[in-house]
Amino acid sequence: MRKSRTLNLGTGSFVLLGFAALFFLTTQTTSRGLPIFGPPVYEVIAKFDNIGDLKVGAPVSMSGVEVGRVAKIDFDSNDYKAVVLLRLNARYNKIPTDSDASIYTQGLLGGKFIGLTAGGADTYIKDKGQIDFTQSAFVLENLIGQVLANFTKSKADSLSPAPADPKATEKTK
Amino acid sequence: MFGELWESFTDALEGLGSVVHFLFRLVVNTPRVLLRFNLISQQIFNSGALSLIIIMLSGLFVGMVLGLQGFQLLQRFGSAESLGTAATIGLVKELGPVVTALLFAGRAGTALASELGLMRATDQLSAMEMMAVDPIQRVVVPRFLGGVIAMPLLAAIFSVIGIYGAQLVGVQIMGVDSGSFWSQMRHAVSLTDVTEGIAKSFAFGVACSLIAVYQGYYATPTAEGVGRATTSTVVTSAVVILFLDYLITAAFL
Repeated sequence: MRKSRTLNLGTGSFVLLGFAALFFLTTQTTSRGLPIFGPPVYEVIAKFDNIGDLKVGAPVSMSGVEVGRVAKIDFDSNDYKAVVLLRLNARYNKIPTDSDASIYTQGLLGGKFIGLTAGGADTYIKDKGQIDFTQSAFVLENLIGQVLANFTKSKADSLSPAPADPKATEKTK
Repeated sequence: MFGELWESFTDALEGLGSVVHFLFRLVVNTPRVLLRFNLISQQIFNSGALSLIIIMLSGLFVGMVLGLQGFQLLQRFGSAESLGTAATIGLVKELGPVVTALLFAGRAGTALASELGLMRATDQLSAMEMMAVDPIQRVVVPRFLGGVIAMPLLAAIFSVIGIYGAQLVGVQIMGVDSGSFWSQMRHAVSLTDVTEGIAKSFAFGVACSLIAVYQGYYATPTAEGVGRATTSTVVTSAVVILFLDYLITAAFL
C-alpha cells in the first residue's frame, strides 16, 4: 500500500505538471491570454487617422518605459478614424490631459507601438478618457510617394525650393 | 536476385499488416483496461515521470541554443525583438514534439521493448496465458496507454522549459527587451500552432508506444532477440516520427 501511494503521488504530480505546461502554452504564449494575473488597469481611447499595422497587444510607452498595452482596435465610421483602446497600468495615472499619442516602429522591421508624450496640463486623464492629440503611423509608401512628388516638383520649377513644412503634429478633434 | 527483393518486400508488407492487427487488438482491449486505472497509472509513472529529468534538461538546452542562434540571426535584420516568436513557434510546432518523441523512444520505448522482450524470453507471457490471464490486457495495453498519455504531457513540458531557456539567453544574457519578447510572441503565436504541437505529440505517442510494445511482444525469445528488438524500436520509431511529422505539418498548412 505504501509503495502504491508514493507511485500514485509521482504519477499525479507528473500529470499535474504536464497539464500546467499545456495550460501555459495555450494561455500564456498565445493571444488568448487570461488577464486575471495582471495589475490593476484603466482604459483610455485615442483616435488615429491611420494606425499602420498596429496590433492588439502592442506596448504603450512613455519615455521608453512600458506603461500599458493596446487592448482593442476599432473603426469609427462617423469620422473615419481608427479607435484604439489603450489599457494602462493604474500605477501610471498622472498622464496630463493634453498629452499626445504617436505610433512608432520598433527597429527597422519591428512591430508598431504607441508612444505617449506628456503635456503640461494640471488635470490628468481619467478612466474611459480620451487622448485628443494623436499622430498617425509612419507609412513607408506614403513617405516614398511624398518624396517622389517633391522631387518631381522641385525638378519642374527648380527656382523655388521644395516646401519644407511637414506638419509634425496634426491635431484631431 | 529479383526473387529476394520480392521476398523482402512481402516481408515488409506482412510486418506492417501485423502491426496494424496488433494495434487493433490493443484498441479493442482498451475499454476493459481503462477500468483498472492503477495499471495505467503505474505505466504513466514509468514512461512519463521517469523521463522527466532528461526531457527537462534537453528542453532547457534546446531552448538556450534557439535563443542564441535566433538572436544572432534576427539581429542581422534588426528584429531581435521577434526572438520570442521565433523560439516559441519553433519549439511548440516542431522541436518540442519531435525531440521529445525521439528522446521518449530512446528512454521509455527501449525500456518497454526490453521489458516485454525479456518477459517473452523468460516465458512469463506464456505463463500468464496458462493462468487464463490475457497478457495483452494485463501487460501490453497498460504500457501502451501509459505512453500515449505521457507523451503529449512530456512534449508540453519540453516546450515550456525551452521557451524559458530561450528567454534566459535572449533576455537575461543578450538583452532583448522582456516586454517585446513576450508581447510579440503573444500576438504572433496562434492557438492553431499549439494545437498542431499537441496533435503531433499525441500521434508520436501512439506511434512510439505501439512500436515499442510490438517489438517487445514479438521479440525472438533469446538474449540476442531482445537486443535486436530494442535496437529496432529506436530505429523504427525515429523514422516513423519524422515521417509522421511531415504528414501532420502538411495537414495543418
